[in-house]
Amino acid sequence: MAALEELEREYERAKRDKKFQKRLQELLRTYAGRPTALTFARRLTQKLGGAKIYLKREDLLHTGAHKINNCLGQGLLVERMGKRRVIAETGAGQHGVATATVCALLGFECVVYMGTEDMRRQELNVFRMRLLGAEVRGVESGSRTLKDAINEAMRDWVTNVRTTHYLLGSVLGAHPYPTMVRDFHRVIGREARAQILKAEGKLPEAVIACVGGGSNAIGIFYEFIRDKKVRLIGVEAGGRGEALGEHAARFRGGSPGVLQGTYSYVLQDSAGQIATTHSVSAGLDYPSIGPEHAELRDAGRAEYVPASDAEALEATTLLARTEGIIPALESAHAVAEVIKRAPKMKKSDVVIVNISGRGDKDIGILRENLSLE
Amino acid sequence: MPLSFYKKPALVVYVTCGDPDLATTREIVLAAIEAGADVIELGVPFSDPVADGPVIQRASERALLHGTSLAQVLTLAAEIRGYAQSTGLVVFSYLNPILRMGMEKFCMVTRHAGVDGVLLTDLPVEEAGEYLHAMRAHDLAPVFLAAPTSPDARLRRIAEASRGFVYAVSRTGVTGARQQLASDAKKLVGRLRRVTNLPIAVGFGISTAEQFEEVGKFADAVVVGSAIVETIERNRGREAAAVGEFVRKLTAVSPQLTE
Repeated sequence: MAALEELEREYERAKRDKKFQKRLQELLRTYAGRPTALTFARRLTQKLGGAKIYLKREDLLHTGAHKINNCLGQGLLVERMGKRRVIAETGAGQHGVATATVCALLGFECVVYMGTEDMRRQELNVFRMRLLGAEVRGVESGSRTLKDAINEAMRDWVTNVRTTHYLLGSVLGAHPYPTMVRDFHRVIGREARAQILKAEGKLPEAVIACVGGGSNAIGIFYEFIRDKKVRLIGVEAGGRGEALGEHAARFRGGSPGVLQGTYSYVLQDSAGQIATTHSVSAGLDYPSIGPEHAELRDAGRAEYVPASDAEALEATTLLARTEGIIPALESAHAVAEVIKRAPKMKKSDVVIVNISGRGDKDIGILRENLSLE
Repeated sequence: MPLSFYKKPALVVYVTCGDPDLATTREIVLAAIEAGADVIELGVPFSDPVADGPVIQRASERALLHGTSLAQVLTLAAEIRGYAQSTGLVVFSYLNPILRMGMEKFCMVTRHAGVDGVLLTDLPVEEAGEYLHAMRAHDLAPVFLAAPTSPDARLRRIAEASRGFVYAVSRTGVTGARQQLASDAKKLVGRLRRVTNLPIAVGFGISTAEQFEEVGKFADAVVVGSAIVETIERNRGREAAAVGEFVRKLTAVSPQLTE
C-alpha cells in the first residue's frame, strides 16, 4: 500500500509539473515518433462499401505498438522517485519490449515476467527484450500466460518494493495504475479527434478498438466520451468458443470480482476461482478488464462485442491486402469488427479503428494458422 | 470463542485445505492441535495466490485439482470445531471467493461453523467498510496484515479495524521459509505495540524451532505456514504424523503458562 500511495503522490505532482510534461512531450515527439498518422483506408472502405474507415496508426509508434506512451510516462516517474530497478509483466511482449526500451533509454535495470506459453508464441519479442538488455523470466505456473506473469511480477514487487518500480502495462491493478496508464495514453484520442476534424470536418460516428486490459481502447475513447453521438466500441477476444476457458470476452461471461488488485468484470467459475482464457492473440488473453471499461459499459456509454480467432485472422489478411498494413492480432480484432459494421453504415459515416500495433511479432502464429500458398 | 494466546509465544499453524484432500487436512489439523497449536489458519486455495511463494502456490494448485472450495473449507471448519473446543480457528482467503459467495452469507456460514476470525489477504483496510460491517454483525474477528513498509498512520488504521490479533508480516515479500529472519520483524512489532493492545502474531518465513524461539521473544504468537505445507508435501501417506512431530518440536521451546 505504501508503494501505491508513494506512486500516487509522485504521479499527482508530476501531472502539475510543467517541466515533467514538457520532457514527456519531447520524448513522445522526438523519440517515439508522435503524432502518429490517421490513415484513410481507401481500398478497405471501397471493398466494404459503407462508412469511411480511418486507421489510427499506433503501429507506427517506436517499438511497434501504443505501449510506449505509458512506459515513457512511468519511466520518467521512476527517475523522479529515485528507483533504479523496473519490473513489468507482458502478454504479447509489446509492453515488455517498450519497458525494456525505456529502461535502456533511461538507464534502469529491467526484469520482464512472461508466461512460458506466451514466450513460445511471441518469440520475436522475447529476443528483442533480451537484445535491449532486459532479463526475461519465464513463468511456469497456472496457464503460463499474462495473468500468471502479473502474479509473478506482483510477488517480485512486494519483495523488492523499496528499490523497484512495477511498470504495469495496462489500465489494471490497484489505484493509481488504471487512472495513470489511461492518462498516459490519452494522447491517442486527443490526436485522433483533432486529426479527424481536420480530415472530415466532423466527428466520427464510431471509434473501434480492441480490448485486452484496455489501455489502447481507453486511450482512444477518452477524448470522445463527452461527444455523446460518437459510439465507442470495444472488441474483446471471442476466442474459439463460448464455453468458459475458450475465450476472453469478459462482458460475455464474466461477473464482478477482484483479481490482482482490481474490482471489475472477471471470468470466473461459480466458486470464485479465476477462469483460464483463450485467444489467438496473447495481448487479449486476460480474464479481467480495466475498471473504467466496466464503468463505461454499465453506464451505456460504450459497447463491447467479441471477435473470434478466425475473424481476427481473416481481418489480418484483408487489411494486409487492401491497405498494405499487417496489424497485430490484437488490433485485428478491431478490424474484424469494422468489417462487420462498416457495410451497415452510411457512406457519409466515418469510423476510426485503432491499430494498436503491428503484426511482425505474430508471423509465427500467422504462419501456423494461414495457408498462403 | 475468543482467539486466545495463553502460551507465550502461542503457535499459529496455517494449512492449505484440500492438499492432498479435505479428510487428510482434518487429520493434519487435529494432529497439530494435539501437538500444541493454539490457532489454526484454514487456507482457502485460490487460482491466483499473488501473496504466496512456490510452496503454497503448489499446495493451492493441488487442492484446486480436487475442486476444493470455500464452502467445503467452511464445512471442514465446523467438523474441526466439533473436535476442538478451545482452539482458535481463522479462515485465511483471498477476497474473490468470498465476494462470489456473498459477504453476508459468508459471515453467517462462517460464524455458524464456529470460526473465530477471518483474514483476507488482498482486502486492504482502506477498502474494508462492507466487510467490517458484516464481520461485526456476526461477531467475527477481522484480522489484518501489517507490513514493514506500512507507515505509522496506516498501522494505526489497521490496529483500529483489527480484532483478535494483528498479523505482522516479518519482511517485504511473499510466503515461504527463509534461512535468515529479516530484522524488519522486531521493529514492526515495536511500532505496532505503540498503537494496539491486541496480541501480535508474526509470520512469513518461520520454519525452525530456533526461529520460532527468536521471534517468540518479541511477538505474542508465531505463524508457521509454508514450513507446515512443505512438511505435508514431503510426507505423503503420513502427513498428520509428520506435522504432529514438527509442531511438537516448535512448541517444545515455549513454556506452558497456566491460567
